[in-house]
Amino acid sequence: MSTVTVQLFASYAETFGESTLEIPLAPHSTVGDVVESIRSLPGAFFLPKSLRVAVNRKFASVDQLVDSTDEVALIPPVAGG
Amino acid sequence: MSRVAIVTREIDVAVLIAEVQSSDFGAVSVFAGTVRDVNDGRSVTAIDYSAYTSMAESELAMIIAEAQDRFGVSAVVVEHRVGALAIGDVSVAIVAAHAHRAPALDCTRFVIDEIKQRVPIWKREHDDTGPHWLDWQDVRSGG
Repeated sequence: MSTVTVQLFASYAETFGESTLEIPLAPHSTVGDVVESIRSLPGAFFLPKSLRVAVNRKFASVDQLVDSTDEVALIPPVAGG
Repeated sequence: MSRVAIVTREIDVAVLIAEVQSSDFGAVSVFAGTVRDVNDGRSVTAIDYSAYTSMAESELAMIIAEAQDRFGVSAVVVEHRVGALAIGDVSVAIVAAHAHRAPALDCTRFVIDEIKQRVPIWKREHDDTGPHWLDWQDVRSGG
C-alpha cells in the first residue's frame, strides 16, 4: 500500500507535534478516506468535526480522489487579515 | 496589472499605491490591516503570522481574478505579511485603482472579506497569558 504526505500548519502542527503525516493510501482513496485515517491517529481528538482539506493547493471536496503524488494539506481555521 | 505576494518584510503602502497609479484612474482605494493591541477583551502584545505560502498566493490570485471580473477593476495589488509583527504594523494591504471610486472601494472590501474566509494564513497572538492560536477555541469546541 502506498502513502500520501499530509502537511500540517499552525495549531494542527503544534498539537500533533509534526509538520507532516504519512497516511496509508489504498487504490481509489478519497479525501474523505484520508481524513478518516487521520482521525484514527492518537491525539487527533482535537480536530473539528468539519475539516478543510487542500489537494494541490486548492480546497478539495470529500469525494475527490487522492494520489500518492498529490500535495495534501489540512487547513486549520484561517485568520488572515 | 495585478500582483499578490506573501512577504516577510514591512509592507510599504505608498509603494503599492505607486504601483497601480495611472493617468487613466481617478480613484485609488487602499485597505491596510494593522495589528491592534486588544482582541476579545485581551491585551495583545504581538502577533506571529504564518501561512501555507504557495496555496495562500494561489488563493489570493484567484480572489483578485474574481474581483477583477466582478468589479471591472484592472489594477489590484495585495501583500500579506508573515512573521513576528508588533502593534501597529501593517499585516495586509490591498490597493485597487479604477476610473471611478465605487468599483475601487467595492474591490478592496471584497478582497479583504475573501481573505478572511479562504486564504490559509494563521495568527498566533501573544497576550498576558502567553501565546495562543486565534480560533483555537473554535477548533477545540468542534467549530
